[in-house]
This record gives sequence, C-alpha cells and structure tokens, in this order.
Amino acid sequence: MADIRNNFVGIKSPNPFWLASAPPTDKAYNVIRAFRAGWGGVVWKTLGEEGPPVVNVNGPRYGAIWGADRRLLGLNNIELITDRDLQTNLREIKQVKMDWPDRAIVVSLMVPCEEHAWKAILPVVEETGADGIELNFGCPHGMSERGMGAAVGQVPEYIEMVVRWCKANTRMPVITKLTPNITDIRKPARAAHAGGTDAVSLINTINSITGVNLDSFAPEPTIDGKGSHGGYCGPAVKPIAMNMVAEIARDPETHGLPISGIGGITTWRDAAEFMALGAGNVQVCTAAMTYGFKIVQEMIAGLENWMDEKGHASLDDIVGRATPNVTDWQYLNLNYVAKAHIDQEACIKCGRCHIACEDTSHQAITSMVDGKRHFEVIEAECVGCNLCVNVCPVENCITMEPLAAGVIDQRTGRPVSPVYANWTTHPNNPMAKVAAE
Amino acid sequence: MATGHFKQGIAGGRLSPEQYADNFSDLHPPLDHHEALVESDRCYFCYDAPCMNACPTSIDIPLFIRQISTGNPIGSARTIFDQNILGGMCARVCPTETLCEEVCVREVAEGKPVQIGRLQRYATDVAMAENKQFYARAAPTGKTVAVVGAGPAGLAAAHRLARHGHDVTILEARPKAGGLNEYGIAAYKSIDNFAQAEVDYVISIGGIDIQNGKALGRDYQLSDLTRNYDAVFLGMGLGGVNALRADGEDAQGVTNAVEFIAELRQASDLASLPVGRRVVVIGGGMTAIDAAVQSKLLGAEEVTICYRRGQEHMNASEFEQDLAAANGVIIRHWLQPKRVIAEGGKVSGIELEYTAMDGEKLVGTGERLTLTADQVFKAIGQSFVPAALNGSGALLALEAGRIKVDAEGRTSLPNVWAGGDCIYGGDDLTVSAVAQGRDAAESIHRATSNGRA
Repeated sequence: MADIRNNFVGIKSPNPFWLASAPPTDKAYNVIRAFRAGWGGVVWKTLGEEGPPVVNVNGPRYGAIWGADRRLLGLNNIELITDRDLQTNLREIKQVKMDWPDRAIVVSLMVPCEEHAWKAILPVVEETGADGIELNFGCPHGMSERGMGAAVGQVPEYIEMVVRWCKANTRMPVITKLTPNITDIRKPARAAHAGGTDAVSLINTINSITGVNLDSFAPEPTIDGKGSHGGYCGPAVKPIAMNMVAEIARDPETHGLPISGIGGITTWRDAAEFMALGAGNVQVCTAAMTYGFKIVQEMIAGLENWMDEKGHASLDDIVGRATPNVTDWQYLNLNYVAKAHIDQEACIKCGRCHIACEDTSHQAITSMVDGKRHFEVIEAECVGCNLCVNVCPVENCITMEPLAAGVIDQRTGRPVSPVYANWTTHPNNPMAKVAAE
Repeated sequence: MATGHFKQGIAGGRLSPEQYADNFSDLHPPLDHHEALVESDRCYFCYDAPCMNACPTSIDIPLFIRQISTGNPIGSARTIFDQNILGGMCARVCPTETLCEEVCVREVAEGKPVQIGRLQRYATDVAMAENKQFYARAAPTGKTVAVVGAGPAGLAAAHRLARHGHDVTILEARPKAGGLNEYGIAAYKSIDNFAQAEVDYVISIGGIDIQNGKALGRDYQLSDLTRNYDAVFLGMGLGGVNALRADGEDAQGVTNAVEFIAELRQASDLASLPVGRRVVVIGGGMTAIDAAVQSKLLGAEEVTICYRRGQEHMNASEFEQDLAAANGVIIRHWLQPKRVIAEGGKVSGIELEYTAMDGEKLVGTGERLTLTADQVFKAIGQSFVPAALNGSGALLALEAGRIKVDAEGRTSLPNVWAGGDCIYGGDDLTVSAVAQGRDAAESIHRATSNGRA
C-alpha cells in the first residue's frame, strides 16, 4: 500500500490534501468537520491585525461559470479575509490543534506592510501551537485596495521584505502565497526565496468578472447594481496554476523550493498532476465548496490506488517527476511526427472532428467515403495538431500515433528522421546555432 | 373502481372520473425549463447531423437544440417553424424513435438518444404560449389558391402560400380544421385541444380563409376550383377504410378504428364513450395501436391486437408496440380474421385463421382460433377515395390507387398540386405531409410567379 503521508517543510499530515485558506477554513466548526472527513490539513482563513473586524458585503459574494449540466467550472469571490474577531480565531485554532495533533494547521496572515504589524501578530499565532504560517500576498480584491494582499504580491521587493521580517520574528515555517495576477510568476517566487521563505504556495485567485447581467448591465456578482472584480478559482484555472507551478519548479533560481500547489484541484488526478510538476502537497477549496468535504475520500483512495498500480511507494517518488519534461518550445523535437487515428469501432459519427478540421484547420478528415458517412484521417494533410482529439466526445476514440523513424510522412513525402532536432538548429531559424553537419 | 368496470357488451362509464383523467393525460409530459436545459446539453451539435437528415422536413435540429441551451427558445422555435410550421404537433406525434432519435449519435453510442421530440415541443410551446409570430406576408400577389383539406399538408401549404403573398382558401369537409391532427390521433398524444390552437397559430399569418363543411365532389367539383383559382392543392387525405373481408363484418359492434379514434378525440365526457369489455383490434399499424390502447384506457378488460404477419412486419413502431404492451394490450401475430361471430346481431366473438409465409406469399394454415369479443375494430389501413375527383373533367392520374405527383407535388393536371396521405409514394406520416405541403407551395409560388421567384 502506497504511503501518502506528507511532510511539507517539516509540517506533517496524514495525506497531502489540505484545505486552502478560504471560507471552508474560517472557523473551528468547519475545520473539525473537514478533519472528520479526512483532510490532512488546513490553512486557516486569513487573519488580520487586532482591531475592529473586517466588514464584508451583505449581498452576493460569489459568481460562477458552468459547463454542461450546470457543472461548476469556475468560481469567483469578493469575500475579504476573516471577518471574525482575532482572539476568537486564535482561541479556536489553539483548541483544534490540541484536539487534532496529527493534522496540519497553518495560519494564513495578512497585516499592513509594516514591520511592527507583523511583529505584533506572529507571537500570538505561534502561541496557538499552529504548524506554520502562510503569507497572503494574493487576494486580488478589497484588501489589495488597502495596500495588502495582491498589492504586496505584485511587488517582488515587498515580498522579500515581508518574508524577511517574518523569518526574523518567528520559528514557524513560512509559506508565501503568490498571486497569479502578474506577468512572470518567477519574479515573486525568486523574491520570496531571497527573503528566506520556506515554501511558496500558488496560485491565489485571478482577477475576474464571471458574468454581466444583461438586464441591469451590471457585472456579476452584483451588489446594488455595481460589481467589482473578484478572485477566480475552480477547475477552469487549473491549467494556469499548473504552468506557474512548473515555471517555479524548473527555474534554476528557485529549483528545489518547496511548493504547495493550488488551483482547481478537484480529483486525485488533479493532485497527482500538480505534484508531478513539483508541488510537495496540494490545497483545495472550490471542489470542497462545490461538493462538500467528502471529496477528500475519493482523493485519498484514488491517489493510493494509482500509486499502488504504478509502484510508487511514497510521495517522494512522484513529486517533481514531470518537472524535467517541461521545457521551452525551442527545445521540442521538430523531427517528431504524429498523425491522428480514428478508431472506427469507437466512432459514433458525430462529425465534429471533420468540421473542426475542415473549417478551422487542415482539411485532413473525411466526412463521406463511397457515399457513406465516414470519418477518417487523410494522412497526407494531417499535421498532427490534436484538435480532433480534443473536440471528440468519445475518450480515446481519436489518438495521436507517432510515426516510427524511417516511415514516410505522407504530408511531406519525406522519411521520419530518427535524430532529435529542434528550432535552435533549424535551417529556417535566422538565429540558428551552426548545425552539426 | 367504477361499478361498470366488468359490464358485458359495449358500455360506457367503466372507470371513475379520476381514472379517465389519469389515463388520458399527456403521454409525454412537457419538459420544464430545467429539464430542457439538461437535455439540450446532451446534444453534440453534430456536423451534417444524422437527425436532421432523417427529418422529413429537414429541421436544423442541432441548431434549435443549441438555441435552447443558450436560453433562446424563441429563436429555437423559429428554426423549427422555418422548416415545419406544424412543428408543435410533430413534436407530439412524430414517431421520433424511427426518425431523428433513431439515428441520433447518442442512440448509436449509448442507446439513449437526445430527446429531440420533447425538446422541439419545449421550444414550440414557449413560442406559441407567447403567440410569437415569426412570419409576415409578402406584398399581395393577387393570386388565389384553393387548398382541399385542412390537414397537415393543406395547412403547411396554405401557410407557405400566404407568406408569399397569395390568398388561400381552404375547403374542409369536416366541422373542424386540423385533419388527422384533430380527428386521427390518440387523445393522450395531443391534449388540451392543441390541434385547434395550432390551426389558429398557423392561420394568424393572415390571408388564409378556412371554410368548413365543404366536401369535394359533394359541395363543389375540382373543375370549379381549377376554373376559379390560379392554383389548386389537394390534401384531402384518405377517406376510405379497408374492409376485413371476413364473414359477418356488418354485425353490430364491428367498428372502424379511425371513427372510434375521431369520436374519442371529440368527446367532451370520456365516461360517455362506450367500449367493449373484450375488444379485438385487427391490424398492425399506428391506428391499431391507438385504438387498442385507448380501448384499454377506457376500461376494456381485455384487448387483443391480431395482426396477420409477424412482429417485424408491423407498421407500428417498436415504441408504439411497447406502449401497447405496457398498457396491458396483447399483441398476437400470424392471425387473419375469417368470421365475425354474432348473437342477436351483436358481436360475440371472432374466428381467426393462423397464417404463415409460403415463400413470398402469406397463406392461411387452415387452423382456426376463436376469441371472445363484444367489440371488433378494423384497423387494416385506409384508402384513397377517388370518387370525389369525378366531375373534374379531365381525369387526374392515379398510381396504386392514390394521386400521382412529381417531385414538386404536381399532378397530371395543370395548376393542380397534391400532397399528404392522398398521394402515392408517401409514408403516411404527419411530418411528411407537412414537407409535401410546404414544397408544393413553393412549386405553386414559382409557377404562379412565372418563374420570377
């Protein structure tokens, strides 16, 4: 049986599934329910500094987009950090940690960008017995207008400065949570690394408007006729998040820096993919908010089953395994040739591959053969683009089949070369390095 | 249970009022908004969609379903009505299981087609509930067209002609318009007087005058029409019913299924409709099923369909056969009627002979079977009655007993078109009649516009 116990920067949990800092982790009631359901840890919803509690809107906080059958694909929110009293949160954190010693409790923090504010909150959090802190440099709405959250996360110098303060003022591990609302995610990661962070976590939510009400002409979610951009999360953001995780994992400056992966993780498979790209564990929010805490049972069982099937003994066997395979376009093998192949037994003859190829790509799929409705790849036209695979409603009906070296590519009329050759040496590249003739 | 449930002979009041209401409620209840969205999500928006090609009126099914899924049922209805102005009724009565839904790729893939018929009903219901009219008449052409019969073919032709600016007069023999939609469909397939609502919806385009109680051959002749109108469209359907060719056929209690179905549709009180305790229906088509199922729903204790060939030869679709079975109707095959047995002039049973195929030929085996019955329905097909065409002067060419037409619906007579069940080569489907009426109207429009169209 695969061992899925997690040790993330010294914080131990029975599995790598943590609940992200968000509404599900705002109070003891929810966190206890999560632990009962099996979650390995939580990042407690962001605490602010001592003083009058934060105020939230009293109308809708969430907006969403949906796929077929109204399956929730993306969620956004304009909720702020915890609106509960600091002392109440601290008391509850202490109690829950005491009652659930085997689970990870990390406390998310967001206070003004001044050293005294951080110095004030760190000891009181430490006193709860929490396992670590996560610096919320990510929230894109509300708090950022007050110089916190993403307003800090978008300035690498601020990140480095605050991380340094925290490392100097607490013994707890520091996880720096990054905002994706930035052009190059490596810059804030490098800054956090420079400041001495123990880990980064990403992504926080993405600036977004989920919809526009076409009667009132107001963005959704709408508060009395107006709307504000919210933070976007859920399955729709997963590809964006995975790319950012991979960019940090393969950046020579931050390579090896522990990463807690966040962004649309809904199933064990999503989690495994994040971890393969370099995440040491994962944090989940939207999936729990959509289906409840029970989903962690599927995640645990699914991850264990996959690891058993593949012979991976522990999480160390999978974390970062895909990172070396993430590269730049210029290093992709241009001599690799694949062609689409349609399994006629599996084909249900919807014709979507044909019309996608015919209208928008390379006219490489038939619609009619000998007067019969028939969809088949014309190899002489197929560039192997994969669009047909992606639009086909039947899984594994269309597959990309690589051509073996020496086989004639019907499209070019030339045999497939066995030699790896990329753009850096390609004759059409004016910047090409001299090819080894 | 009502007291009359097991009453001998042909009697009404076999059930309680609640049972009648329940038995004759909507066969396929309409999809509500949520159900329509969920179902529309299942459509793959196929290229050159098989469903669309299977539809006799070529409705752009993927497009109308996509319009439902994007919250535009009105646009969806227009997509449907563009091809089939009787899309509302077709959504209810089309044998979708042998047309669009049979070839749906989801049927092929998982045995569960997208419920195209019910989605079509959803969209057309929304538009008709709002009385949303999509079509305006073109400038008046000054041309007049006579349409014989206010059934699906005639109504479709009239609507398309009116759109083109022609003035249309529909001559209908029955007291109400609608043809088989009004008189020939099982009551549970079209409730709430939908057929009349649809007629009203269709003719509200204007330029269509329906005259009821006007029968061809009785009240006017075809030659009157060709003389007084620029063009004539014949869509009078089938007036005759095939005989059993069994002895004693004239006994009391032997009824034409089509008349029973018509009577049932027109009944204001189902309890007043008499039905036998033991009913035998002779035939293997939709009419046989409709008569049998409705007999059962009216409270008949025992209903048996006897068909002279095998299950695979039945014209009734598999769905219809299952519907009959689910309602407790027994379907027996390879039996042909030989003699109606009567007591005191009233049916008391029917004697049948077993049949078998002798090569290509159906033959009686000589073995006989007697079923007790107090009512026998004849549902062995309808026929075209050409007598009404007499007096037209020139003779209208027929083929296999029905009117011969070309691909555009032109008959052998100049300026006379025909469509629907009365023509040769059709499939006796409402939706095909609509297509033929529509296409004949386009042909009439081209002809009367001297090729300018």
